[in-house]
Amino acid sequence: MHIIEDGNAAAALGVKLCRANVIAAYPITPQTPLTEKLSEYVESGEMKAEYIPVESEHSAMAVCIAASSAGARAFTATSANGLLYMHEQVQWAAGARLPIVMCVVNRAVGAPWNVWNDQQDSISQRDTGWIQMYCADHQQIIDSVIKAFWLAEKVSIPIMVCYDGFLLSHTFMPFDLPDQEKVDAFLPPFRPAYALNPDEPASLNTVTLPDVRIDVHGELAHGYMEIRYLLQEELRASLAVAAEADKRFTEIFGRGGDPYIEPYRCDDADHIAVGLGSLTYQLRVSVDALRKEGIKVGVMGIRFYRPFPDEAIANALKGKKGVIVFEKALSYGYEGALASDLKSALYEHLAGTGRLPLVQNFIAGIGGREIRTDDLTQTLRAATQSRIAKEPTWIGLKL
Amino acid sequence: MGTRNYKRKTSHSENGPGDGGRTGSWRVERPILDKSLCIPCKRNKEACFICWLFCPEIVISRTIPPKIDLEYCKGCGICAEECPTKAIIMVDEAEFSKEDKE
Amino acid sequence: MQAKTTILSLPTEEFVHPGTRACTGCGLAIAYRVGLKALGKNTILVVPPSCLTVLQGLFPVASTKLPCLNVTFASTAAAATGILATLKSQGKTNIQVAAWAGDGGTSDIGLQALSGAAERGENFIYLCYDNEGYMNTGVQRSGTTPIGAITANTPFKGKLQQKKDVPAIMAAHHLSYVATCSAAYPLDLYDKIVKCKDMPGTKYFHIHIPCPPGWGYDPRYGIKVGRLAVETGYYDLYEIVNGEFKLTAASEKLVEKRKLVPVREYFRAQSRFKILTDEQIADIQNQIDAKWAAYYKKDE
Repeated sequence: MHIIEDGNAAAALGVKLCRANVIAAYPITPQTPLTEKLSEYVESGEMKAEYIPVESEHSAMAVCIAASSAGARAFTATSANGLLYMHEQVQWAAGARLPIVMCVVNRAVGAPWNVWNDQQDSISQRDTGWIQMYCADHQQIIDSVIKAFWLAEKVSIPIMVCYDGFLLSHTFMPFDLPDQEKVDAFLPPFRPAYALNPDEPASLNTVTLPDVRIDVHGELAHGYMEIRYLLQEELRASLAVAAEADKRFTEIFGRGGDPYIEPYRCDDADHIAVGLGSLTYQLRVSVDALRKEGIKVGVMGIRFYRPFPDEAIANALKGKKGVIVFEKALSYGYEGALASDLKSALYEHLAGTGRLPLVQNFIAGIGGREIRTDDLTQTLRAATQSRIAKEPTWIGLKL
Repeated sequence: MGTRNYKRKTSHSENGPGDGGRTGSWRVERPILDKSLCIPCKRNKEACFICWLFCPEIVISRTIPPKIDLEYCKGCGICAEECPTKAIIMVDEAEFSKEDKE
Repeated sequence: MQAKTTILSLPTEEFVHPGTRACTGCGLAIAYRVGLKALGKNTILVVPPSCLTVLQGLFPVASTKLPCLNVTFASTAAAATGILATLKSQGKTNIQVAAWAGDGGTSDIGLQALSGAAERGENFIYLCYDNEGYMNTGVQRSGTTPIGAITANTPFKGKLQQKKDVPAIMAAHHLSYVATCSAAYPLDLYDKIVKCKDMPGTKYFHIHIPCPPGWGYDPRYGIKVGRLAVETGYYDLYEIVNGEFKLTAASEKLVEKRKLVPVREYFRAQSRFKILTDEQIADIQNQIDAKWAAYYKKDE
């Protein structure tokens, strides 16, 4: 059934379809309407879940961590400083291997205060051991939430479903609302390997030593390093599981393909623009305009940022002259994190070919600064012609 | 042999004694019970057991006579201090190591 | 009214194994052991970093026989909430959730989450074991360290501020049950836990825990020191049931006796108070006497 709703409603409907058992949330713009919607579903009886209006984001994630440890399908959502305030808990959820799903409605972080969109919040959580998915429209938001629960529970790794604040969260768009029966067919109830239980007592997340140690049955158990290695190993392996999720999803819902990246007019392009989220759809307009001028350019959206689909990205960029990375975040003191990751992938997979595309990095839309499509088109045009600057270049800066 | 096939991926602990090792080795003084002074021993019935109640390490049994598990007893001396009839005294471990040597 | 538990009627089933990493003569070990007996087998525990984390064991060995979720320092009560929500969603109504946190984890870093959970009326028992400092990190001052106590970061002058009254803060949340206890009175702790188990919402316990390395006394005197805190009228055992304050156990008896042990004896039993002057002790004695005069008056 096609409906017209805003992006936050798309996320809320996805969570409801997934039959989350425990939802914890603290208000923060622009996430608030999403969890307000969930409280409506729960209070009206439309959704059978426990909704906990916690006193902070740190506690929101604590509730999810404990709920998931006790066997519940847990969900929360946040933005900006809320996500930063939970940072300790975000790391904890990954280390405890809990399949929590969290929507991050991307917003600039303070100081100074700013409620508008950029992606500094979720990018700053890149190294926490979570899977990060980025959405470019409302259909991707609701579909990603559904896929995220399946994937998270399959690999025991938490997932952030990220989408741009206001640009997606507060705009209305038509999208297909999946049938409950189909979602139930896609996503079985959560069956954890272990859930806290007096009949089978275990102490979880106890202090773990630098070295391995014998357990009560005489078996050699991991040290901290082995537990952390397994997180990395299984995060990397989750790329293949994500492809499986996409395949199953496509079979049931009739849409999908390209689980990691979303290329547009890339096949014959010399230059490829790369980005995360709704910006990549805006770039499609610029690409269409430049194509009319005869400039062979395409755009590639990255849907999985962690684990980084380095091989898929490098393969898609093989033989290209240039890669132009647009980012709404920055690793302060160097360049955009995506640009660095992308260069690393190119070096790893294409250095042997002797032909590495030139990578240029542009920073745009920081703190919600309007990104004009004309500016993107101009930047893209110029970047296909020559190297504009070695340092990341800020678009629309008025200094 | 590594931990590749260990059944857990996370820090998941199961209960058992002696996580801190044989904590009896921490002991500087050893509790010694004089049954002739011990109330349940004298009466030969369940009584007192203050030593059992206050033992932080759970190494004193609620039996007649109370038995002290020296494998784990850390020798804090609370049992000796709280015993109303002074039936437990703390003796320097050095006395016993001399004995062991002899 | 439930019958008072005696040593002989206290259940013999233990939920802690011997051979823990707790310090010799640890007061927490006594309160924890008896507290778990009162909570019983059908309990899920939540514990933030603290001395209890060490007592409970290092992966892959647990010294506690009950399921336990170890959580971050600030999140204890929120984590308890998450377990409760799950149990509710699973229709499990017979499992008790209990959080055990230290005084730092309660009065300082964990206060926000605790206040939030209490305000929401989360149905669990929160037990703060108060050894009056960050003992696990090497004896630094906390919100509940008493005035005059030397700690690793109040090294010469002792703590200059009053102990934070956490039970009063929790009572202000309109809880069904707030109680103070002491490791020196384990049967009182046992009875209070059993008493409040079926009461609605959040139940708060504040347990005074003598700590040999942190307080500076020979481990064998742990119970004596804990008892002195109560017999001097310095630390009171009470409960607040639905807003109704009542001294209990040994403190209640002190009202009948109308006689307190001089607080000097409590201070002089511990090296952490060695810098307290006679004037300071006299001042504290006056405060105690005034507090007890009010108790006596109420009793008349």
